[in-house]
Amino acid sequence: MTAYLVLAVVMIGLSGTALVLRRHPMIKLLAVNLMGIGIFLWLIAGAHTAQVTDSVPHALVLTGIVVAVSATAFGLALLVKQKELEQAGEGDD
Amino acid sequence: MIEALVPLLVFLPLIGAVAAFIRERFGHGVALMVLGAGATLTLFHFFTMDHHGWTMNLGGWAAPLGIVWYLDGLSATLMTLTWLLGLAIGMYARTYLAGSTPFWALLLLMMSGMSALFLANDLFNIYVMLEIIGLSAVALVALANKREAVRAAVTYLMVSLGGSILYLAGVAFLYTQYATLDLFLLADRIDGTPLTWVALGLMGVGLLLKSAMFPLHFWLPGAHSNAPAPVSALLSALVVKASFFVVLRLWRDILPAQPDLLAWALGAMGVAAILYGSVQALRTPRLKLLVAYSTVAQLGYLMLLFPLSIQAGYAANAYAGVTFFMVAHGIAKAALFMAAGNLQLHAGHDRLKDLGQAAVALQPTLFAVALAGASIMGLPPSGGFIAKWTLLGVSLGSGQWIWIVVLLGGGLLSVAYIFRVLSLAFQSSTMPRRASGIHPMLQLVPLALGGIAVALGFNPMPIIEAITQAHAAAPQVTP
Repeated sequence: MTAYLVLAVVMIGLSGTALVLRRHPMIKLLAVNLMGIGIFLWLIAGAHTAQVTDSVPHALVLTGIVVAVSATAFGLALLVKQKELEQAGEGDD
Repeated sequence: MIEALVPLLVFLPLIGAVAAFIRERFGHGVALMVLGAGATLTLFHFFTMDHHGWTMNLGGWAAPLGIVWYLDGLSATLMTLTWLLGLAIGMYARTYLAGSTPFWALLLLMMSGMSALFLANDLFNIYVMLEIIGLSAVALVALANKREAVRAAVTYLMVSLGGSILYLAGVAFLYTQYATLDLFLLADRIDGTPLTWVALGLMGVGLLLKSAMFPLHFWLPGAHSNAPAPVSALLSALVVKASFFVVLRLWRDILPAQPDLLAWALGAMGVAAILYGSVQALRTPRLKLLVAYSTVAQLGYLMLLFPLSIQAGYAANAYAGVTFFMVAHGIAKAALFMAAGNLQLHAGHDRLKDLGQAAVALQPTLFAVALAGASIMGLPPSGGFIAKWTLLGVSLGSGQWIWIVVLLGGGLLSVAYIFRVLSLAFQSSTMPRRASGIHPMLQLVPLALGGIAVALGFNPMPIIEAITQAHAAAPQVTP
């Protein structure tokens, strides 16, 4: 279990670094997703500490995945729109 | 009785958003009806309820299993502000954004998210609401459909997602230690372990990033100045304050201690924000950027809460002053962004040096700038004056005289940049050919808001009392 917690912290740290340092919006979007997965891993691994498994973190992770998927879909749509506008704009300048 | 209607503030706009999305043509009708109902309900609720705090178990399930809603003077004040400004912005947008637009569905979605955020009493619900507010705000910025606007929206999206995910990481670290998300249960259990402080630090940075607190403000000027005017008003007046409200709740309710050093560091950040934002507002060549930088500066005053609230006996007044500041600034800033939108609409651009003609043509708009500006500068008897007066009283009483210098100096700086706008009236020597080229409604709404920003100062007691009552009832951080 400790191994999972450590892995989660490493994932959060690495993706957090990428989120701050990398410039490309696509990579930032991926970094946010990875960081989310790291957090979910931490919650699930932490839920197993007691004798009985706590079910609340599972519900949180499920909701978190739904939020992450919809946020990613919206982000991708926005990036596509930006690309279209940049390409349309090249002709005008 | 009236409490039973509070869930409507979340569900009515949510249903409205779906309706406005399906039938975009009727979006404005649905939205204005919902906004009118919500504004009436929150106003009535604010003046009839006592503000010690009221709890509701959604679906009859109590914490820790169920979702608990909590409303006290602090959240009720901000809730009322949100709905009143939402209605004003809706009335302005009805004329400004003619035709069929996704604006209405997004506006209603955001209203639903904000209402639920003010009601939320657990960390995870706050996360979900922050995401709903953030995503609808980004989509609203992208509505302008111009290259700069979409570029600003992409930056805003990354900031918003990054801020939420930092907050979520903090929530996860807290949950594994204390096995609860409920703020009040957490307040009982929390203690100052290193992991707790790491968690609170992550949450704080994420939330302050979303509130555009200097030096995490870099995304705000672009996003707020490139959005359509009603959206700029919404973002600057309300959205940045929603995430700051969560910071207030965390600071007031669950922090295991309020270390002096942290409080003073946060206060110093606020001073830097006031200086930096004001200087940028003085230098920028564009009107909407000036108003956006003014937001960066004004948000700095909110940070004075932290040093002012650690002094025993003065905390309630510090909260009252800062909350009143949020109300006064929200109303005045919405008026300023609408006025800027009018000038831009009339002139076709927002370069300050060429706006003289537009300023003379749109006299009511310029008068709205003067009224809202009086509140931003903190001139008596405006709302901004009462807010700063309350904070001055706390600084004097608690012996933290350094903030007096900040409050007065910041006021002087805001006088300088507001007069950059007002002096437009004297820039043009020729009278305009036509009296006014824009719809009267567009001038009426900012004028009314400017009037309210000033009139707030005549009877500030209901708001001040609501906040102090709420503070007395909230869980106390043991010093």
